[in-house]
Amino acid sequence: MEFFRFKRDIPFMSYGRYTTTISLVTFLFAVFFLATKGLNFGVDFTGGTVLEVHYGQPAELTKVREQLAEIDLPDALVQTFGTSHDVLIQVPLKQNFAGAKLSEHVLETLRNQDSSVEMRRVEFVGPQVGKDLIENGALALLLVSIGIVAYLWLRFEWKFGVSAIIANMHDVVIILGFFAFFQWEFSLSVLAAVLAVLGYSVNESVVVFDRIRENFRKMRKAEVTEIIDNAITRTMSRTIITHGSTQMMVGAMLFLGGETLHYFALALTIGILFSIYSSVLVASPLLMLLGVTRADFIKPEKAETDGVLP
Amino acid sequence: MNQYPMWKYLLILAVLLAGLIYTLPNFYGESPAVQISPLRTNLKADTALLERVGSILNTANLTKQQMELSGNSVKVRFADTDTQLKAKDVLQSQMGEDYVAALNLLSRSPSWLTKLNALPMYLGLDLRGGVHFLMQVDMKAALKKALDAATGDIRSALREQNIPYAGVTRDGNVLEIKFRDVVARSAGDKEIKSRFTDYMINDLDEGGAYLLRVALKPEAEKRIQDAAVQQNLVTLRNRVNELGVAEPVIQQQGSDRVVVQLPGVQDTARAKDILGRTATLEVRMVDETRQAVPGGVAPFGTEMFRDRDGGVLLVKKQVILTGERINDAQPGFDENNNAAVHINLDGVGGRLFKEATRENVGKRMAIILFEKGKGEIVTAPVIREEIGGGRVQITGDMNTVEAQDTALLLRAGALAAPMEIIEERTVGPSLGADNISRGFDSTKIGFLMVAAFMIVYYLMFGTISVLALGANLLLLVALLSMLQATLTLPGMAGIALTLGMAIDANVLINERIREELRNGVTPQAAIHAGYDRAFGTIIDSNVTTLIAGIALFMFGSGPIKGFAVVLCLGILTSMFSAVLVSRAMVNLIYGRKPRLTKVAIG
Repeated sequence: MEFFRFKRDIPFMSYGRYTTTISLVTFLFAVFFLATKGLNFGVDFTGGTVLEVHYGQPAELTKVREQLAEIDLPDALVQTFGTSHDVLIQVPLKQNFAGAKLSEHVLETLRNQDSSVEMRRVEFVGPQVGKDLIENGALALLLVSIGIVAYLWLRFEWKFGVSAIIANMHDVVIILGFFAFFQWEFSLSVLAAVLAVLGYSVNESVVVFDRIRENFRKMRKAEVTEIIDNAITRTMSRTIITHGSTQMMVGAMLFLGGETLHYFALALTIGILFSIYSSVLVASPLLMLLGVTRADFIKPEKAETDGVLP
Repeated sequence: MNQYPMWKYLLILAVLLAGLIYTLPNFYGESPAVQISPLRTNLKADTALLERVGSILNTANLTKQQMELSGNSVKVRFADTDTQLKAKDVLQSQMGEDYVAALNLLSRSPSWLTKLNALPMYLGLDLRGGVHFLMQVDMKAALKKALDAATGDIRSALREQNIPYAGVTRDGNVLEIKFRDVVARSAGDKEIKSRFTDYMINDLDEGGAYLLRVALKPEAEKRIQDAAVQQNLVTLRNRVNELGVAEPVIQQQGSDRVVVQLPGVQDTARAKDILGRTATLEVRMVDETRQAVPGGVAPFGTEMFRDRDGGVLLVKKQVILTGERINDAQPGFDENNNAAVHINLDGVGGRLFKEATRENVGKRMAIILFEKGKGEIVTAPVIREEIGGGRVQITGDMNTVEAQDTALLLRAGALAAPMEIIEERTVGPSLGADNISRGFDSTKIGFLMVAAFMIVYYLMFGTISVLALGANLLLLVALLSMLQATLTLPGMAGIALTLGMAIDANVLINERIREELRNGVTPQAAIHAGYDRAFGTIIDSNVTTLIAGIALFMFGSGPIKGFAVVLCLGILTSMFSAVLVSRAMVNLIYGRKPRLTKVAIG
């Protein structure tokens, strides 16, 4: 069985103008939503208390809210979590409450009304921690970017490193844009997913770049556009199948992994979809724009023996 | 040309076998157990304790499965959690205060596996349930305390030397000493320099006043902060012992934070109470006129306390001084090179101590640590002579380790810098179990979908890829078990994700082989070229993911770290399995046929 058998190379580079426009528009939209709506940071970053409780029977949210209002927590966010038996309570950070004691107070109040309440999870994050996490997250993002550019520079050429990282940042910004637009909760695990996407999506560009380099050596007479078109066409099948496989795994997490993994898997899903697009239609045109030439690989290295089989 | 030398096949086989062995313990599950450990350092878990535990369980009619002595504790396994809970209650009430009984889960894997150090994966708190606290040590308070103590000390030092001064005030992290003239200031400068080596001194003339500005040297500041964290760690460890947690984790994180993880603990209120408790220290005289009788009633005006060796002493109710007067306590040696504890008291404490020792030469004084309203004698030395100047040295029947412990306890009681819980993550047991099954289910379903697709799409080569992916999973689980890295829910997601990404290597290879075949190359040459050419690409693409994984590991905390570990290890195992294992299988199947005309790659 074979899904993709292209007789002729697809002239991806000639679509350059359209794809760049599409990218730019999506990117600007993402930036726009990030700027206007902002990310809905979870308790990991903002600090506060989250409680997940399980009721023996379907929970009555209004009653829970009333109880919380009685103990001076009218601004607590109460919602069901997954099933009607599970309730998620979010309390923003407060000055007047000894942070860590809050959860006990809430649980006690709920238990007084209904003894079937079972504590599933409590998370309390103080204000110091959230700040550190944001700093560390940003630092990790920076380090990953520098590391990747440096590696690609070493293995290929600086033009490859730069275009790969721009393409990937474009993915990251778009994921963040989605989270801003839908106001999905941005938690620590989503941040992990975003960083994983960064590594994963570069992987994608690398496969195409590898082919471009190989083509530069093999297709001596071809134009740069032809070389890139050929490289993308030849790796197309692999791209789709690999991402399909990864998506199957991520999809299983998305639907079966429960609430905790839901947004993690969601971020990965968006990341995977856009990394297909960006590696093919953003990174490669950028490479053209930066003016990649055969001269970049003129040092013949072991290129001659490469094509000959022993 | 598609054949490996024999040693390569054997090597791959050996690696897979090792992987299988280290994965095995994960399949045996865990049996409920109770762990009994002594709380005092002079009590050892030995065969006598083993027999005692055995007889207690026998009289209570509780059937145990197995009993063993491991480390400094006795572990007893039970058939079900019901018996386990009963046994814990019985043991805790019968063993007395010197021992703690904790609930635990022990791997059910056979002993030959345990001997090979093959253990099941170490589950994080989000999978097994429990409490995670991140506590911040208040460094400002620790420094303030040191400076406040120095204020008093400087005052008394100047007074002792008859150097006139107008006042000592604290301004943030700097002490300002006012003098009336330059002569007094230079005398004060000299005196302070010689006695307070941890401080740096600047002089300053301001509006007719002659000032000395005294601040802690950076290295002294760091030492005070380190000591504060260390001493809080020790205090926390002692307290957690009391909670009866089987495998607590208490460790420093960063320069001023402490992580406390208590697996299986559900009663977070009690945990917080115990962790947040403040200990106090009191120095009192021992009443030597009367004999203490264990279990008896203390005579009027005295109290009975136990010492750390289990003996009892009668101590007068009158308090000479409290722990707040102790600035520092350090282990060291006396002039005869015997282990000693050096205690440094503040000005007021020094004076009180001087008076008390002058009147009580030859008698014993007791230093008592109070926690939870219960006192315990840390040490009860004999006073040899009047001790002035606030520098106390305790020597006697102790070794260096005991001196260290005593010093820590003295500090722990005295100047434990306050701590605050800045992060809490509690996961109930039912959620933990749900998380395991969710993580496991999604990995399983995902794996099956990928396997089905690969086999349909690439036929024989797909089957080989799936087997290689299976080998990858096996090796990854084996590595995680071997390293005893903490497996969290994001870690399980990491397993699923790396499996999805690992298939990339095989897709690359298979696509390449197809391409070569399409170009009219013979099957053997196509296989060879496919693996050869794809290899460089596989390396490049994996290295970039590895970079992301390492950054996540460096900057991530808790669950994210778990994800990063799995991601990094998964990349390594996937390189091995996708390239070597799958190649070995292809070689075994096709490599021997010199005139191969067709391969099943779809």
